[in-house]
Amino acid sequence: MEEKDKTPQTHRRDFFKKSLALAFGGTAAAVPIAAGLMVTFDPLRRNFAGVGGAVKVTSLDALPADGVPRKFPVLADKVDAWNRYSNVPIGAVYLRRTKDDKITALNVLCPHAGCFVDYMPGKGNYLCPCHVSSFTIEGKIDSPGSPSPRGLDELEVQVRNTEVWVVFQNFQAGRPEKVPVT
Amino acid sequence: MKAFLDWLDQRTGVPSVVRDAMYENIPGGASWRYVWGTVLLFALAMQFLTGIFLWANYSPSVQTAWESVNYIQNEMYGGWLLRGLHHYLAQILPALLVAHLVQVIIAGSYKAPREFNFWIGLVLLVLVLLIALSGYQLPWDQKGYWASKVALSLLGIVPFVGHSLQRIVIGGPDYGQQSLTRFFAIHAGILPCCVIAALGAHAWLFRRHGFNKRKPVGTPGAAFWPDQALRNAVACLALMAGLLFLIFENRIMSTPGPLGAELSSPADPSEAYSAARPEWSFLCMFQFLKNFPGDTEIYGAIVIPSVIFAIFFLMPFIGRKPVGHKFNVAFLLTLLCGAAVLTTMAKLEDRHNAAYQLAVKNARRDAERVQMLAHYQGVPTGGAILLVRNDALIQGPKLFAKNCASCHRFDGHDGTGQLVKDPQSAADLKGFASREWLTSFLDPEHISTTNFFGGTRFKDSKMSKFVKKTVAAYTPEKKEALKKVIIALSAEAQLKSQSDADHRDAAIVTEGCALIRDTMKCADCHQFRVKDPDASAPDLTGYGSRDWLIKIISNPAHPDLYGDRNDRMPSYGDKAILSANDIGLIADWLRGEWFEPPVSTPAAAPTQTASAK
Repeated sequence: MEEKDKTPQTHRRDFFKKSLALAFGGTAAAVPIAAGLMVTFDPLRRNFAGVGGAVKVTSLDALPADGVPRKFPVLADKVDAWNRYSNVPIGAVYLRRTKDDKITALNVLCPHAGCFVDYMPGKGNYLCPCHVSSFTIEGKIDSPGSPSPRGLDELEVQVRNTEVWVVFQNFQAGRPEKVPVT
Repeated sequence: MKAFLDWLDQRTGVPSVVRDAMYENIPGGASWRYVWGTVLLFALAMQFLTGIFLWANYSPSVQTAWESVNYIQNEMYGGWLLRGLHHYLAQILPALLVAHLVQVIIAGSYKAPREFNFWIGLVLLVLVLLIALSGYQLPWDQKGYWASKVALSLLGIVPFVGHSLQRIVIGGPDYGQQSLTRFFAIHAGILPCCVIAALGAHAWLFRRHGFNKRKPVGTPGAAFWPDQALRNAVACLALMAGLLFLIFENRIMSTPGPLGAELSSPADPSEAYSAARPEWSFLCMFQFLKNFPGDTEIYGAIVIPSVIFAIFFLMPFIGRKPVGHKFNVAFLLTLLCGAAVLTTMAKLEDRHNAAYQLAVKNARRDAERVQMLAHYQGVPTGGAILLVRNDALIQGPKLFAKNCASCHRFDGHDGTGQLVKDPQSAADLKGFASREWLTSFLDPEHISTTNFFGGTRFKDSKMSKFVKKTVAAYTPEKKEALKKVIIALSAEAQLKSQSDADHRDAAIVTEGCALIRDTMKCADCHQFRVKDPDASAPDLTGYGSRDWLIKIISNPAHPDLYGDRNDRMPSYGDKAILSANDIGLIADWLRGEWFEPPVSTPAAAPTQTASAK
């Protein structure tokens, strides 16, 4: 009879102790884990805003109106974690000036996996050296078997006097729609 | 659930092991004496965990170590907490280990059959101290750099191999890139692996021998879970509470200093750091070594510590007889008292050392400054040290103290706040060219005091006589005109602190300029705005401006300035005593020109962005 009375009480007290032990131990262990995870997830709360405007890429003189694409580096100020750089390459564009004096700009990054595409003067198209995606001179997908989910990303061009400016932006690779990298 | 556990147990045996550990019998029941093992294990596990998270964000190189730690500390979300936990636990850990050692020795748990476990424990203590020592310089800040440099130079006095050993650890003849990569590998790789191995052996041997029970045989035992577990959890939580207190200490006690661990200025091999001290657990050693002059240092740094360690090692044998055990306990307590006395002495000496206190204050100010600059300006690829070297507010006072303060003063001191022994023999340059400064200068009462011309050969010059006779006899109208002259002349300096006033008083400035040229006779000796080959006194065009200051520091004997009437002032630029950059920094500092953080903008983390030029 005595035994029967004692057992549930012990259990209840044990349950209380167990809960406390778990709560205290868990709290103590949670602090370093939480601190580590906060730091690890820090990149998620930062904006990669791109250049946030137009960048001067070249002058009209460097771009003959022959419809042949030419590659130009895009220079801008860049913040990389603690470092701040001024006027460094942040990407590249293909500029093409047609005979009717229209200028188009294509981001050189292949939308499939982000390799730099090459312009093939012989074939008159773009070819990605990584997974052989190919694009027409306008940047459209060239062949139905192309691994790239979309054509090359066109960028807005502004001609200011004799200078060519481009609103530079990278877009997420591997998606059929253009989503800016932010 | 039970089916799953059985399935898992049959294949891995893990649930059985956990169950055995949880319901292991604790002889004599749960006790607070048994919490140490768990607390130490918790502490070491936490150092591993926080260390790996820090590792993911740390970059060991001369140009990036401080920069990445500063980024963790000041920019990353929760970084101050993560670094604070790792830093302060490293400070507490030696104390926890020593407390465990004291408990083991007093309880006689080092005696047979536990000798090996005692020795492994000693090795663990040494390993943890080495990890603390090697981690101290990883942030590559002034404090860690100079403190570790001292510790490492002691390695060089080890007989025969010291020099080579030192080179291998440092990675070259001097501190640099390879010191950081090697120290990082030692701190985060080699030593932690040794700790894991030693800890494994320690735990295995502990399982073999069990608790050294104190309660009389026959006291009922109890299962580990939950009685002992609860005590262990409370102890771990208490440790965490202590850590959090240390991290928030400056906020709780309203003392100056950062949230979490300190980070001083980036390491600068060319800039001695007189506030350098080792971590508190090494302070007793630091104080102890002060007693070993010259070539006897090897006794203090190597021989005596080795003898002490040897005695600890032999304790299991010494303690075989009761008198031996008493000796061991007495030896340990004497040693601890000695260490406590030395530590207190070191602290007290520093507290009464005004130069050290000033160094600490200046170091903290510089550290805050460079962290602010890194936040707003970003770090150049050459590292944050360039922010320090090109900042007028940090460098100006140091350059002034070194080069100018033997004659000049700045607000009565040498620029850094120290008083100068030599008597002042040239002007006090605080607020040079400001309206207040010029008003005092042109005051008959003041011009011949040491704050202006008093200590120089110009004490009885034409200018002094002019002020003392002519200006002293000015009519009220002339006095008004003089005020306008002062406003106009001061405006030449284009001081940042006066830009509003200069703007507001534009009309007076124009009027004052005319007065300088004509009525007030300044142009009789000085040239102002127009070339005057007959001028016999310094050019007042742009007086006090950056260019004017650079010109006079570079060459006071320039024909436009004092010419051959120059007193003792050296031509710092023309004689290449100072670089053009340094002269510019002095000029900027005297003029109060340095980067100020934008006001109203909240100190939000800068967005990771590439912006168009």
